Amino acid sequence: MLLTLITFIPMIGIGLILCINRENKELIKKIAFVTALIGFLVSMKLFFDFSPNTHIMQFTENKEWIKSFGISYHIGIDGISLFLVILTTFLTAISILASWEITKRLKEYMISMLFLETGMIGVFVSLDLFLFYIFWEVMLIPMYFLIGVWGGPRRIYAAVKFFIYTMTGSVLMFIAILMLYFINGKTTGEYTFDLLKIYQLPIPVHLQLWLFLAFGLAFAIKVPMFPFHTWLPDAHVEAPTAGSVILAGVLLKMGTYGFIRFSLPLFPNASHYFVPLISWLAIIGIIYGALVAMVQDDLKKLVAYSSVSHLGFVMLGIFAFNTQGMEGGILQMINHGLSTGALFLIVGMIYERRHTRMISDFGGLSKQIPVFAVFFMIITLSSIGLPGLNGFIGEFLILLGTFKSNILYAVLATSGIIFAAVYMLWMFQRVMFNKLSNPENLKLKDLSKREIAILVPIILLIILIGVYPKPFLSRMSASVENLLATVNGVNEKKIMVQHSVSETTELTEKNKKQTAIAFRR
Amino acid sequence: MLNYIWLIPLFPLIGFLINGFFGKRISKNTVGYIACGAVGLSFIVAVLSFISLLQLTPEHRVFEKILYTWIDSGSFRAEVGFQLDPLSAIMILVVSGVGFVIHIYSTGYMHDDEGYPRYFSYLNLFTFSMLLLVLANNFLLMFIGWEGVGLCSYLLIGFWFEKKSASDAGKKAFVVNRIGDFGFILAIMLIFVTFGTIDFTEVFHAASDKSHMGIITTTTFTAITLLLFVGAVGKSAQIPLYTWLPDAMEGPTPVSALIHAATMVTAGVYMVARCNILYMLAPISMTVVAGVGAATAIYAASIGLVQNDIKRVLAYSTVSQLGYMFLACGVGAFTAGIFHLMTHAFFKACLFLGSGSVIHAMGGEQDMRKMGGLRAHMPRTYWTFVIASLAIAGIPPFAGFFSKDEILWKALTQGNILLWGIGALAAFMTAFYMFRLIFMTFWGESRVEEEVAKHLHESPGNMTFPLIILAFLSIIGGFVGIPLIKGWNKIDEFLSPVFGGHGAGEAVHHSVSLELGMMMVSIVIALAGIFLAYRMYIIAPGIPERLTERHQIAYRVILNKYYIDEIYDALIVRPIKNGANFLWKGFDVVVVDGTVNGAAYLVEQWSKVMRVIQSGYVRNYAFSMIIGLVIIFLFFM
Repeated sequence: MLLTLITFIPMIGIGLILCINRENKELIKKIAFVTALIGFLVSMKLFFDFSPNTHIMQFTENKEWIKSFGISYHIGIDGISLFLVILTTFLTAISILASWEITKRLKEYMISMLFLETGMIGVFVSLDLFLFYIFWEVMLIPMYFLIGVWGGPRRIYAAVKFFIYTMTGSVLMFIAILMLYFINGKTTGEYTFDLLKIYQLPIPVHLQLWLFLAFGLAFAIKVPMFPFHTWLPDAHVEAPTAGSVILAGVLLKMGTYGFIRFSLPLFPNASHYFVPLISWLAIIGIIYGALVAMVQDDLKKLVAYSSVSHLGFVMLGIFAFNTQGMEGGILQMINHGLSTGALFLIVGMIYERRHTRMISDFGGLSKQIPVFAVFFMIITLSSIGLPGLNGFIGEFLILLGTFKSNILYAVLATSGIIFAAVYMLWMFQRVMFNKLSNPENLKLKDLSKREIAILVPIILLIILIGVYPKPFLSRMSASVENLLATVNGVNEKKIMVQHSVSETTELTEKNKKQTAIAFRR
Repeated sequence: MLNYIWLIPLFPLIGFLINGFFGKRISKNTVGYIACGAVGLSFIVAVLSFISLLQLTPEHRVFEKILYTWIDSGSFRAEVGFQLDPLSAIMILVVSGVGFVIHIYSTGYMHDDEGYPRYFSYLNLFTFSMLLLVLANNFLLMFIGWEGVGLCSYLLIGFWFEKKSASDAGKKAFVVNRIGDFGFILAIMLIFVTFGTIDFTEVFHAASDKSHMGIITTTTFTAITLLLFVGAVGKSAQIPLYTWLPDAMEGPTPVSALIHAATMVTAGVYMVARCNILYMLAPISMTVVAGVGAATAIYAASIGLVQNDIKRVLAYSTVSQLGYMFLACGVGAFTAGIFHLMTHAFFKACLFLGSGSVIHAMGGEQDMRKMGGLRAHMPRTYWTFVIASLAIAGIPPFAGFFSKDEILWKALTQGNILLWGIGALAAFMTAFYMFRLIFMTFWGESRVEEEVAKHLHESPGNMTFPLIILAFLSIIGGFVGIPLIKGWNKIDEFLSPVFGGHGAGEAVHHSVSLELGMMMVSIVIALAGIFLAYRMYIIAPGIPERLTERHQIAYRVILNKYYIDEIYDALIVRPIKNGANFLWKGFDVVVVDGTVNGAAYLVEQWSKVMRVIQSGYVRNYAFSMIIGLVIIFLFFM
């Protein structure tokens, strides 16, 4: 029941809010926040009760839902989705606290936020394809409203662009889900949407390729991978702060999570086949995103493009098909949620004060608002991937995994760390350093207690993951190893050996382990 | 005591946290005591650890203390562990010792700065990172320290961030260092893929083992060492990545002394020395290291000849001296490289702090053309400065003589005559520009502006005391490595377990008379440099002007640092920026969004056309039916 509880706690909050007069804003805010906070605290139980020794789904619940179509309410988590669930509850609570100054249609706003939370958690815990698809689509609606109602001046354009981009992908994915359903039915005689059962299904290679593309497009848009990324800057620029935090922190992860949960285990041959394509797009995304971020004059756009770059790293790591790459990729999903989420919070805080996000309107703020400067600096450094902070662990493991499977990819991707330093530090310099020349900025007030309370937990996690990532890595390792066995297993069976790089690397790795042990003696 | 080596970096970290969080709420004095105390405690523990290490027999002088497993992913493991051996022992003594002295100096130098607590928290963070760098027992932990010192360098160069030139310089330092780190991190990955571990002991053990069996090719070793060297080139400001260091002088002068002269910039040398086993297996890399070192030594020295900013002269001098250290490593004389690293830390810190004392007295003025005759006003600064200058010029018995002569000797015997020639010429230039600096600043007629002249004064005790200590070290520092007399080259003995046989280069036997002869030659070269400076700036001060007039172009090129910054800007920075702008405005907006919006536009237009047809009038539908019929009719005709 724990997972169901976590998924639907926000719904209880919505129920309560619905009963309150819309003028009673303080109460609405408090209920929304307390709901999200409870959701987070309950989800921490998952973290502590989670057994890191098995790859089998934990906290599972499986009830028939629409029996005639083989649809069930099947949920559960493994070492991969565990962190995404917690990230969601964590960032939702943070986002609601960051929305304290919202006045326009507050009631609807909080309802949308909580509704969104349920949708997001649902996506990460679903083990039934149909259920997954419902959550996947449901979540779009509150996000659409968050951008379209509480967004900036071009919010309608951005909301529609976001919606259409995402829908294009999801439609194809739905067709693919139906195909899986029928193939499974025909092969095994059991018509079911149950993911764990469909995992067992051997799918002919040529079909895998098409299905991979259909799923892949939906996920690639969500990630977003180059060249499907142009909805992101618009959506971010127009979305309210909390919307941006959730968008960057959680929604983008659904794309990468989708690849890990569905594409890889369902279509292992196709996954191997598409390694070069995905890797090259990821590398282009890393460098392209960084370069374009460099020349932005709007802070939010800059952060948005930096996301394209960071998510490129995640994709590259996942498609390295080895332990370090995959674990690094998953860890980097969390890291990106923290540091980029925090960057959007930072930008939001400055926007609330000055009602502008143009870099050229700032300069010299460090003098005026020193506490803000410290937080901004740490978050910037985390985003750059400074060793000792969270981003480094993820990036390094990704690059190491990539290096093992393809040196050229790794070399190209590593150049991204140089560009990251360039665009982030240049931005930081133009906003925080130099002489404070714009008199408007002299009125700026430093962070309030509430704002500090928002940022401190994120900073603590940024440092914790950087210094002691073990609690995170150890919980994901069993699931990752199992996933890799599934994906790389196909190579050993020689169904398709076109792109079987990882097998040889695994072997050499074993050799090295032995030699390394020998040296220790 | 060895079990507590983790305390050495811990104290400055605590100091950083206290001053970082509460620095604004406690008094300035307390901030200073905490910062200095933290580094002082580190120094005490370092000395005690050093003594404990000496009590072990030479072959057992490696101690590892592992705190916990940091990263554990599949077959990859990285620990937070510290390693004390003769090499890291020398480094922690230099870092915490010189660091402590400079902390004390800073309490005086920065006393009136409103960013006082911020300054000391950064300085403590730097000391922590640097100690982590030299104590780490594996490549990845070393990399934390490596980037950590880079971060502190960034923060401290841009300490006066309201000055655009300062914040620019800070950013430049970080980015250029990142280019080096690009190589370093690739090297770490290649090391892991090759050896299956990143632990120093295991890697070096495996390297020396495996090479005999020929499993790992020389190409791999060459690749690893060259990539590592890219990192070293960035951190230690060698050609072509040296451009950030002269700009780094925008930071407070004690920072220049500690970070950009004595410790951080030597991290590259330390790293190459640490990986000596790998380098010895890659002859090509050794040649590259020696070549880059020699080229940088003479190139930077030549720029130093004509600079007028007192700190810039010292900055180019630092680049040049670092070149010497790499030259030493490149010819296999790692001991000589580390020896010079140590003596350089003493005399260059002394020089920078001395220049800080001058700048302090001059009210912030750094242009030597506006100085002159200062020795009368600040005798302590003057005398310590002269001692340190004699040390760097290579006059016996000062510290620099022994280490520099060792390098030149090894360049001749283990390298070739060309390397020796370059090194000797750079030594001549060093002696010249250092005494040019002394003569322009402390001697001759005063060119000080009247307003400034009224306030000329010797610096307070907490600034001159460190100068005296460092000057003292610049005198005696060289005695740990006296050549030729058996048993007097202590540093060589001490370091030999780390550098194996090859550090000392015992294999090559040359006659004592040749070594003595070469020693004389280097003394003569240094004296010649000093004399030339004396002649040009004291006896006949008109010479420099006539020279610059006669060689206008050459003078301009050198004065403008060979226009390297401008060339980089035109060839690298601008094209990237323009390219990025094109990608954004050309590709993102036009191509991708054009496609997306174009698709939407087409749908819209199409529906507009279709709307016309579906007008709702029966007559229109009838008309289109007739047209349809006609078309069908025509088709079947």
